[in-house]
Amino acid sequence: MAERTVENHGHGEHPSYLQHHFDTAEQQFTSGKLGMWLFLATEVLLFAGLFCAYAVYRGSHPEIFIYAHHFLDKNLGALNTVILLSSSLTMAWAVRAAQLDQRKLSAALLALTLLGGCGFLSVKYVEYSHKIRDGLLWGTKYAPAHGAHGATAPGHEAAGQAAHQAPAPVVDPHAAEAQAAVAATRPGAIGPDGVPVPRTFAPDPVVQSQAAALDLPASLSVEPSLIKIAPAGPEGVVQPETIKDSLIRDPAAAPKNVHIFFGIYYLMTGLHGIHVVLGMGAIAWVLRKTVRGEFGSAYYTPVDLVGLYWHLVDLIWIFLFPLLYLIH
Amino acid sequence: MSTSETLTGSRPLRAPGAGHESDNYLNHSKGILSWIFTLDHKRIGVLYLVSILSSFFVAGMLAMLIRTELLFPGRQLVSPDAYNQLFTLHGAIMIFLFIIPGIPAALGNFVLPLMLGAKDVAFPRLNLLSWWLWLSGAFLAVVSILLGSVDTGWTFYTPYSTTTSTAVVSMVSGVFILGFSSIFTGLNFIVTIHKLRPKGMTWFRMPLMLWALYATALIQVLATPVLGITLLLLIMERVMGIGIFDSRLGGDPVLFQHFFWFYSHPAVYIMILPAMGVISELISVFSRKHIFGYRFIAFSSVAIAAFGFLVWGHHMFTSGQSDLITVIFSALTFSVSIPSAIKVFNWLATMYKGRIQLDTPMVYALSFIVLFSIGGLTGLFLGALATDVHLHDTYFVVAHFHYVMFGGTVIAFLGGLHYWWPKMTGRMYNESLGRVAALLIFLGFNVTFFTQFVMGSHGMPRRYFDYLPQFTIYHQISTLGSYLMAIGFFLCGAYLVHSLYRGEAAPANPWGANSLEWHTPSPPPHDNFEHTPEAGDPYDFTDWTYDPAIRGYVAKSRTSH
Amino acid sequence: MASHASHDHASGHVVPLWLLFAVLGVLLALTWMTVAATWFDLGKLNIYVAMVIAGVKATLVALYFMHLRWDRPFNGLVLLVSLILLVLFLGFAMRDGKAYDPSRIPGYAPGIQRAP
Repeated sequence: MAERTVENHGHGEHPSYLQHHFDTAEQQFTSGKLGMWLFLATEVLLFAGLFCAYAVYRGSHPEIFIYAHHFLDKNLGALNTVILLSSSLTMAWAVRAAQLDQRKLSAALLALTLLGGCGFLSVKYVEYSHKIRDGLLWGTKYAPAHGAHGATAPGHEAAGQAAHQAPAPVVDPHAAEAQAAVAATRPGAIGPDGVPVPRTFAPDPVVQSQAAALDLPASLSVEPSLIKIAPAGPEGVVQPETIKDSLIRDPAAAPKNVHIFFGIYYLMTGLHGIHVVLGMGAIAWVLRKTVRGEFGSAYYTPVDLVGLYWHLVDLIWIFLFPLLYLIH
Repeated sequence: MSTSETLTGSRPLRAPGAGHESDNYLNHSKGILSWIFTLDHKRIGVLYLVSILSSFFVAGMLAMLIRTELLFPGRQLVSPDAYNQLFTLHGAIMIFLFIIPGIPAALGNFVLPLMLGAKDVAFPRLNLLSWWLWLSGAFLAVVSILLGSVDTGWTFYTPYSTTTSTAVVSMVSGVFILGFSSIFTGLNFIVTIHKLRPKGMTWFRMPLMLWALYATALIQVLATPVLGITLLLLIMERVMGIGIFDSRLGGDPVLFQHFFWFYSHPAVYIMILPAMGVISELISVFSRKHIFGYRFIAFSSVAIAAFGFLVWGHHMFTSGQSDLITVIFSALTFSVSIPSAIKVFNWLATMYKGRIQLDTPMVYALSFIVLFSIGGLTGLFLGALATDVHLHDTYFVVAHFHYVMFGGTVIAFLGGLHYWWPKMTGRMYNESLGRVAALLIFLGFNVTFFTQFVMGSHGMPRRYFDYLPQFTIYHQISTLGSYLMAIGFFLCGAYLVHSLYRGEAAPANPWGANSLEWHTPSPPPHDNFEHTPEAGDPYDFTDWTYDPAIRGYVAKSRTSH
Repeated sequence: MASHASHDHASGHVVPLWLLFAVLGVLLALTWMTVAATWFDLGKLNIYVAMVIAGVKATLVALYFMHLRWDRPFNGLVLLVSLILLVLFLGFAMRDGKAYDPSRIPGYAPGIQRAP
């Protein structure tokens, strides 16, 4: 081996956490930070694709989003937001504690953060299981359950009950009859024998008649504003709220391709959920090392970097919540 | 000292000034595990080099098959479906396994810390992980081939890729993993260049190779994740039937193209920027003249990276993109040629009144300038909407991108490989054979691909298994050229491998360059430098004089080793 | 951990504890605001209001929880550049999507409807 000169550091001076190719702990720390920020940039761009899909589809089919988001429980979404924000606090505090040599406090806070992650995942589990039970899945698997026990009316999850009430239409009964007759033939609707009508690609008669009444070219979707002037309805001005509510409670009046919303919903929250799990794994790893006393004021880099990752997971949720749950 | 007969005559096997056998990075530790688990950036560079050259060989053989199939109209060797698989695999392997890792991973990994006078990259374990991810991606690609391969074209366009029964998921998963390999390499390089520069090496005293690698790394980090999500969505579409790209379910197939090209256009700048970095080094060193317009070249590298993000729609002019967006992308496409042109002017100005030395690396560098210029200029025909409508999906496009990717990147890669070969291996290759091979490759390349410009402008579509009789002569000329090229490559491989066993020992600085990697023995010791070098102007060659005894350059200011 | 020579200390501004709690308080308040905003229908502005509030929350998390306020500016620049690219990507894709979907704007893109 070539003889080392004084310019190259002798091994004895280096603390164990300082890697040989770095000159100082400061250099190693700031390098690690920059590396983590670059990695976070890649995560932002990974989710960018999903936000793009969301934006494009919501832009071209707002009615799908407006209709379908009612199936999400705002309260659970808000709860998850609060959980993640609080866990961000405990995480930032844990980093602070590590910086100040408060080992036990740091460990406790990391454990609390983990708990927050578990809470988040539990809420998501509840949400997902409700949707799966109700048949609100993606793509061709979208088959919303109807009838007494299959609740698709919004707000039932807020009520948190297993028993559901049959939806009550508020429009003119004749219109409801006419709509029901047409609706019975719509893809996805439950036919008289209880089997869903198979999906076909024939033009939608309800949409076509509405479009014709408004003198528009046959289009693929219905703008929500058009619903206010539905040809078959009670006379006089009808409050928009009522119509919208009735439409939602009446599954036959759902816009086409509602599954697009759910596809995007599962993709976004699913990928986010995977990142929550990965973040929790990283926190658990750092927790273990904290308990073993490997971090302190001289070296707390891994805690800091894992913290940054966890905050990113929170950041993404901050945008997911209003975009998915609070559309109006 | 022992002597031996080599191709160039009797030469000492151990020249003074060369690295001693006992203490360089190659023999620092022994055994295959010491390589597979190495944290040494130089070894990782060598591992990558072997990996990507193997991929290049496989994909090159596929190309030979394709060209042979196209010798005559109708079926010669393979069925139409198999032909589709051939060009898909050729493209996917060349792009994701060879050229994207390419210069950064194989040459950059080796050279970057040395140029910085550093001991390693910022994150050596991440570097190793990058290579393991490359292997995993390659493994999945092999799995895909065994499961029936893919025939979608390397672009995986929907709706075919979501509905075909071929092994799309395994191939796309492999590419997904390769994407992370690329991201981690880029991340590593950015942090290394920011943090591990020595005292005295400001941003504008770095070798231009590092500016090029830095700009490349920026693209790798920012663009590749979008490919990741695209491929993930494709997999979800196939496996779970989400319907996001399926028009029957209200989805949009063209959205896939937006997603795909948002990465894949910047990706071509990942391919060309490091190549340009190599050329900046070669032109200056082999003209024995300071690089002209250093800041222009440095800024143009970053400009190319930035502009590269703005032009992805030019791959979609005929896909049903809106008129407004199409025009915007066309205009932006013209602007991206400007920084590239600036570089070419600066290289030419560097050569002007220099003392040109036509060593093999310089032959490649000069080839690059010619071929890249042709490739770049033909891009203008494709960027202009009126002509693109006729040229899209013809052989004109195929010729264009081969001129820039092959005539550009691969030629520069070969130049860099020959330039740094003595440093990496401690051996000199046979110079005469080097020039012969370079000439064969240059000639063969032009015969192969210039013909395709003509063919394409006459309407011959790309990715076609069969063709009309009037195109036969063009295909035959093109195929002949490819055989010529192949001979050149085999010759190159032969003398390089030969040099490993019987090559003359290389001096520390065979070319008289001044960047820091030449201030350490060939091959370098495990820790790169015995004495941490002082950062100077990397293009100031005045300190070095040629010493015939060692067939290399020695520094006037320092006593001999 | 035992203390080392000063030059070996990792640099670190320590964030005051009260500040962390204050930021959380503001974040929770903003969350409530986001939900409350859904009680008012502002038409096209709805999405912008929601995104602005989310943007403020994100900025607070980035500046205070993620320490960017006291960190090297380049780290913040990295995040900013990734966001700019996100906006670029979404912008172009949305603009394009708007243009070739014939059902989106009645009477638009007559060429598509006249296709044989």
